[in-house]
Amino acid sequence: MGSTILVQAEVSPAGIFAASTARLLAMAESVGEPVLLVVARPGTCAAVAQSAGSVGARRVLVVEYEGSTGQLTVPTVDALAIACAHVAPDAVLIANSLDGREAAGRLAARIGAAVAVDAVGVERDEEGIVARHSVYGGAYSVASAATFGPLVVTVRHGALDAQVESVKQPDVELLTAAPSGTRAARVTRVELDDTTSARPDLRGAARVVSGGRGLGSAASFALVEELADELDAAVGASRAAVDAGFAAPSQQVGQTGASVSPQLYLALGISGAVQHRAGMQTAGTIVAVNKDPDAPIFEIADFGVVGDLFAVVPQLIAELRARRN
Amino acid sequence: MKIVVMVKEVPDTYGTRTLDLGTGLSERLRSEPVLDEIGERAIEAALAYRERGHNAEIIVVSMGPRTTTATLQKALAMGADSAVHIVDDALIGADLLLTAEVLASAVRKIGDVDLVLAGDQSSDGSAGIVPAMMSELLGWPNATGLSSLSLTDSALTGMRVSDSANVSIEADLPAVASITETFPEARFPTFAGIIAAKRKSVAKWSLAEMGWVPATEVARSIMVDVSARPARIAGTTIHDSGDAGTQLARFLIEKGLV
Ligand SMILES: Cc1cc2nc3c(=O)[nH]c(=O)nc-3n(C[C@H](O)[C@H](O)[C@H](O)COP(=O)(O)OP(=O)(O)OC[C@H]3O[C@@H](n4cnc5c(N)ncnc54)[C@H](O)[C@@H]3O)c2cc1C
Ligand SMILES: Nc1ncnc2c1ncn2[C@@H]1O[C@H](COP(=O)(O)O)[C@@H](O)[C@H]1O
Repeated sequence: MGSTILVQAEVSPAGIFAASTARLLAMAESVGEPVLLVVARPGTCAAVAQSAGSVGARRVLVVEYEGSTGQLTVPTVDALAIACAHVAPDAVLIANSLDGREAAGRLAARIGAAVAVDAVGVERDEEGIVARHSVYGGAYSVASAATFGPLVVTVRHGALDAQVESVKQPDVELLTAAPSGTRAARVTRVELDDTTSARPDLRGAARVVSGGRGLGSAASFALVEELADELDAAVGASRAAVDAGFAAPSQQVGQTGASVSPQLYLALGISGAVQHRAGMQTAGTIVAVNKDPDAPIFEIADFGVVGDLFAVVPQLIAELRARRN
Repeated sequence: MKIVVMVKEVPDTYGTRTLDLGTGLSERLRSEPVLDEIGERAIEAALAYRERGHNAEIIVVSMGPRTTTATLQKALAMGADSAVHIVDDALIGADLLLTAEVLASAVRKIGDVDLVLAGDQSSDGSAGIVPAMMSELLGWPNATGLSSLSLTDSALTGMRVSDSANVSIEADLPAVASITETFPEARFPTFAGIIAAKRKSVAKWSLAEMGWVPATEVARSIMVDVSARPARIAGTTIHDSGDAGTQLARFLIEKGLV
């Protein structure tokens, strides 16, 4: 112990720390001393520090960056590079979101560091930080490390549930730095995703109900949502359901969508193609409803129902409601 | 406009993909090698741009094992003008940064490139990071994760869908762009395309031919452990005879899942 782990704060466009930040801090604390890096608009340092304390940061570095919202990726990377030079971390933990991944990639390329993408955990051995990955849909567990220098790690959403206690007076340091001047894309418009609802976030949800092409239409897909709400679950979808317009691309589960590992995964009208299974087969319990007895989803289901989902699901919902009342 | 499309040969995702537990490398021979689907969509996007009446030279670039030369024929048959295959034993097991370094240096060697067009995520590595690394190494903007893209001679605009927002972006060329699978599926090569591809070339470059040596001051990522998880086994399957919803509710309650 005693070594620094730099954590990149994920801040929403509305300026609120994402849930991932608290989780990353907890993960960092298991292998070293976390330092939270926040990129903020000029003059907001004090306010930022306060909310950083509430997600459990004891030590905070703030880089105030003029116009940091106008440029894509580069301002974050400039801040990360400055912070790395300042604290010489053993590892840098960044959320594995689109923005996080790309900042990690640019940072690693800029400072010549090794990168570990989509880690589900970090460990420490005699030689340093080791990242754990779950690959090919959880069929393998792989560990990776850097030959030398810091390991830049992006961490899968919902990989860890732990939180650290909130801190009243975090130790805050303001870093100033000139922008690198690296050419960047310009952000011309930001439209917040208003489909984010009261439902739990797909990545990291304890329960997920997903629908596939078997739902038949966007209107019928409402049945998936109804069951999800009954179970307080997140809503997922197969790629076929997304392609058909039943669900949003952000709801896709699978190899090219979200990887989820909930306690309970319900697959409705999903055949269970390998690419879908790659995103959900590490779930605790898998339930499938499909009218085709030969659907591959049954090979990995703990409880399979061969039947018409339009008969089975309404009955299930009615049972659950009856039990609740 | 000179467009370089980055494509990758991957094990067919419909097959069983396995890792060698000794080396940690993907056992490519266990599953048929194919052009990654997202790379095909990137080629499609470049071809569609040209078909809208713009002048464009389309060069496909891939770093991969020997079999990649044959796989790149499909890209030529679809309509790409030429292909570059970077192949060198020194690159076996290359990590993400080494891959990006090699690809960025290939783009430099090709010269006068206006746009690098990539997939957002490969289907075997699924890292989703090589294009951003390439943009840093080239000093170009990353216009990545795009669900739409339009190009002029000097700039691009597009829509980027991040976790919490739809972001409109613009970038001056040269730039690195990457597309998501919301882009249209790729065409099938036509018979005429397949014949025409025979007259096009796949250039094979070794690192020596590229005049490039990996920098020693750059750290590499190494695999320190690989283990297989036991495969999942099927549990109970019931056939609905009118009360499956009730039985399912009972299962969930008994398991403490609701
Ligand atoms: C590179 C690549 C990446 C991919 N990535 C992903 C990914 O990330 N996620 C993903 O999901 N897919 C992905 N796919 C696609 C994948 O191969 C499948 O095409 C897709 O998962 C199929 O979706 P589905 O199960 O909904 O549709 P289908 O395979 O058409 O299955 C529909 C199922 O519904 C059942 N059904 C129909 N009506 C009813 C009813 N009334 N009651 C009960 N059951 C019913 C049918 O029996 C059938 O089994 C990818 C493919 C490729 C090539
Ligand atoms: N070996 C490679 N050769 C060519 N392009 C690649 C290679 N690896 C990655 N890419 C490009 O980078 C994209 C994202 O890959 P990845 O970062 O591995 O998920 C791919 O869709 C390709 O466009």
